[in-house]
Amino acid sequence: MDTSAVLFYVISVFLVLSSLMVVFLRNVVHCALALVVALFLIAVLFVMLHAPMVGVLQVLVYAGAIMVLFLFVIMFLNPTASEPRRKLWWIFGSVAALLLAGGLAALLSNGEAPANPVAATEMFGSPEMLGKSLFTDFVLPFEIASVLLLVAIIGAVVLARREP
Amino acid sequence: MIVDIAIVALKAFLVLFMVLNLAGILGWVERKGSALIQDRIGANRASVLGFAGMGLVNTLIADPLKFLTKEDFIPPQGDKLLHTLAPCMALFTALVTFAVIPFGDVLVLGDRVINLQVANLNIGILYVFAMGSLGVYGIVIGAWASNNKFSLLGGVRGSAQMISYEVAMGLSVIGVLMVFGTLELQEIARGQGTLIRDMLPESAHFLKSTVGWLPAWGIFLQPLAFLLFFTAAVAETKRIPFDLPEGESELVAGYHVEYSGGKFLMFFAGEFAEIVTAAGLVTTLFFGGWQVPYLMRDGFHFPWGETLLLPQLAVTVLQVAAFTLKVIFFCWLQILLRWSVPRFRYDQVMRLGWKMLLPLALLNVIVTAIVIIFLQ
Repeated sequence: MDTSAVLFYVISVFLVLSSLMVVFLRNVVHCALALVVALFLIAVLFVMLHAPMVGVLQVLVYAGAIMVLFLFVIMFLNPTASEPRRKLWWIFGSVAALLLAGGLAALLSNGEAPANPVAATEMFGSPEMLGKSLFTDFVLPFEIASVLLLVAIIGAVVLARREP
Repeated sequence: MIVDIAIVALKAFLVLFMVLNLAGILGWVERKGSALIQDRIGANRASVLGFAGMGLVNTLIADPLKFLTKEDFIPPQGDKLLHTLAPCMALFTALVTFAVIPFGDVLVLGDRVINLQVANLNIGILYVFAMGSLGVYGIVIGAWASNNKFSLLGGVRGSAQMISYEVAMGLSVIGVLMVFGTLELQEIARGQGTLIRDMLPESAHFLKSTVGWLPAWGIFLQPLAFLLFFTAAVAETKRIPFDLPEGESELVAGYHVEYSGGKFLMFFAGEFAEIVTAAGLVTTLFFGGWQVPYLMRDGFHFPWGETLLLPQLAVTVLQVAAFTLKVIFFCWLQILLRWSVPRFRYDQVMRLGWKMLLPLALLNVIVTAIVIIFLQ
């Protein structure tokens, strides 16, 4: 095994551990922080896959912005640590997780390698490449996503507006 | 191979050494400088064998010794692990940001070309923002782990303030990135080595004859972006006029109320390291980084035609000295600002960030785009 493979397995073990902590820890703030660690480790995996841009955006957007807002809300509402576990949700979650795991296992057990892996070029994953493909080949989905975000922003403003 | 690793380690050590020491000296500048501004004498009590050294003994030896020997108090109802982790996060994110800031061009030793920058990332500026956004956790975690209403309020204020100003900060930089066409900080610094007349097209005679002799620094090409970025950067350091997360008059000390001894010192050092990093970023993006006006790799080339050739090593020394001087100037400017202006109210901080800086930054992006297309 070469160094990058060793690194991959080490990071993956920590990633799985922190993801389990998100589910099993009892304190909500601890769960949120474990999720931050998990998101950061996913960013490291992106960097290892020669996609530093996606990796940094992962840290910037998910670990740095979205999770801070999560923590912000958690700290405001301050839920008590000993929230009773709801059985129905556990059954639903377990079934969903099992289905997903089953689907993944079925796909992997086909034994076929991914079709034609292409070696990463120097420009692969660079900001230039990402920008070019976003604004040429994928301009329609990009604009649709922008409109979606705009709708969400307007919705938030409408909801937050005080009644006159 | 070993030599390469040694060089990188040496560069990392040098940068950390410089930033941490500058942060320490800034502690002295803050105390003695504020005394100067307010017509007081300032720190002058501690002395070694009758030598007080303008308060240097007081602020650089006595104060840290006192901090390090104090009891490290963790609130009984607080979270022990997170309480210890928070100041480490705050200091760590403040220090690692400097890794992508170039402090010189290239140093040629024999056949080895050394890039005077710790980490040359092609996404440099995004790395800065990523680390900056992680810096919020130091405050939020510290505030929550203290189990104190005052610190929790400070943490909530801090997270809201830093997220708000990160948006304005990121958008204000876009104009600079458009002008220089890269995210890499070393390339941005190199791009500022030309003169404005070399960037303009043939037809712009008037501009060429009036401002053409100026170096193409960010401040001349993007003055509005500089004002927006500098304001947002000061807000990110959470100092007066943006010190609402600490808010001494209403929150005691905000998010670090429950911190004492070495951990408080770490928060304190992190704040000063943030000042140094902000100064380094402003220098690199808007004031030519390590550029000395008209200094090329082989010496000075003045716009009126004279040249003064210099050996390569002298050029490098001049560049590093210029970068250091500029950083020190912007550190001083931030301290001067902190002791000159009153603080904002919280709603004023939010209004400034969202209703003034953000629209102005967007306007700057649009105008810059139009001008670039027009000049092509």
